[in-house]
Amino acid sequence: MKRKLSSKIKERVVEGILLLSALSSILITLSIVFILFYEALGFFKDVSLGEFLTGRQWTPLFAQPKFGILPLVSGTLLVTGIAVLVALPVGLIVAVYLSEYAPHKVREIAKPILELLAAVPTVVYGYFALLFLTPILQNFIPQLSGFNALSPGIIMGVMIIPYVSSVSEDAMKAVPMHIREGSYATGATKFQTAFKVVIPSAFSGIAAAFIIGISRAIGETMVVAIAAGMMPNLTLNPIEPIQTLTAYIVGVSLGDVPHGTIEYKTIFAAGITLFFMTLFLNILGFWFRKRIREVY
Amino acid sequence: MSTVFSENLKAEVKNLSFFYNQVQALKHVNLPIAENRITALIGPSGCGKTTYLRCFNRMHDLYPGNRYEGEILLYPDQLNIVSSEVDPIEVRMRISMVFQKPNPFPKTVYENVAYGLRVRGERRKRLLDEKVEKALKQAALWDEVRDRIHDLAFNLSGGQQQRLCIARALATDPEILLFDEPTSALDPTATLKIEELIMQLKKDVTIIIVTHNMQQAARVSDYTAFMYLGEIIEFDKTEKIFTHPSKKLTEDYITGRFG
Repeated sequence: MKRKLSSKIKERVVEGILLLSALSSILITLSIVFILFYEALGFFKDVSLGEFLTGRQWTPLFAQPKFGILPLVSGTLLVTGIAVLVALPVGLIVAVYLSEYAPHKVREIAKPILELLAAVPTVVYGYFALLFLTPILQNFIPQLSGFNALSPGIIMGVMIIPYVSSVSEDAMKAVPMHIREGSYATGATKFQTAFKVVIPSAFSGIAAAFIIGISRAIGETMVVAIAAGMMPNLTLNPIEPIQTLTAYIVGVSLGDVPHGTIEYKTIFAAGITLFFMTLFLNILGFWFRKRIREVY
Repeated sequence: MSTVFSENLKAEVKNLSFFYNQVQALKHVNLPIAENRITALIGPSGCGKTTYLRCFNRMHDLYPGNRYEGEILLYPDQLNIVSSEVDPIEVRMRISMVFQKPNPFPKTVYENVAYGLRVRGERRKRLLDEKVEKALKQAALWDEVRDRIHDLAFNLSGGQQQRLCIARALATDPEILLFDEPTSALDPTATLKIEELIMQLKKDVTIIIVTHNMQQAARVSDYTAFMYLGEIIEFDKTEKIFTHPSKKLTEDYITGRFG
């Protein structure tokens, strides 16, 4: 009886500790969101939401400050768009190769190497874009400025290839062999089987992979902070310098902005914009992931 | 063209052996396949009947380390199906297969049936429509799906999905149709429908069926081969196998003493 009681208490304690650690991560997330909203609210006391969402200039540090978020949003979307144009097709092709074509040995070697791409510090990618890729691109595009959206966009694309390919490959690998056999049995080639049957079968997973990749691109900071130019610029021209939401946050945080000023609050206004952009994508990704399980 | 039981032959297996890496799964088997007849392969689990069937459309080529020896001659042109010089895709263009579990693609009913034709580069809408309708009629599915051929195939029932897979296999006018335990995942009513269908189909195509179910072999097939441990123990007309088998082992199996 005594033993039973003590072991029961032990159970309770362990359960309590587990619950606490689970709660702590939720609590931290919630408090981040709370602080983000709270400080952003302070910002919107000084600047109207209309001006924030429609203003075409972002110059919070000028004597005559302007608080239109559009230049930062366009910068973010532009770099993300370029990164996605690189990462999605290449990532998908890599995934098809690894899942459908590569012999076992090649896959065992190629996969870890590919995943190493994700392990390179982003600061290295940033300087790689600025000091290596931009000069090369300038040989082909003489008007390309030293800081621009194109070069960090491409590099970011390369950076997120492993995210896209790894999740896409998992989705393709999960397609049951008897579905592939059904295709081969009609006389289909490997290529036809991969593109007409395996990819459609793995569609939800591949879509989720794409969204993970896009989310990564939107949230990426270092590469753009280093190589894109720190210049809020309402443009979709990839050869001009721009600034993204993340690069702005990093730039202002690095300077000595006094706590509580409007400049300080702009960080949170940019942050909350970023928050909603990635939240939207995460919900979309979650929805696609849920659909994967419905098919088989 | 050679004959057995005075039937025209569509194919003939001669001294075929098959290896999974070092393991020999088929041991010097021989078998005549009569044209427009149903040949059943029966035997206990692991006897090699599915392995045998999958030699006919070179399915084993999808996995590394597999090896064939001997011949499967496809008539009338005497193409040796299992020769390494013959492209497996060429073989699969002429010999179709229906699998144990229905395996429709994540496409519409129409696109599932049209798949084999599209793979062959067919683009003429009119011809595709005709062939899809014909195949669905042959597979006794047309009346049930005519109003929803543009719905996803997953919305069909298990039995309908299997008939859809049969339609997919028929759409390309195969010379031989292979069935690998086609009813093992289906309920009795759906099974009966598929069996009736298989018997209907033999006027159009030569059929080889692997089945675990002896009654099924007895009901549908014209010829039966009894396999055991990678060898063909006995091959004969189905009624002979099930009434007067000439080998003791066959008799033990069909009377349920093992297997």
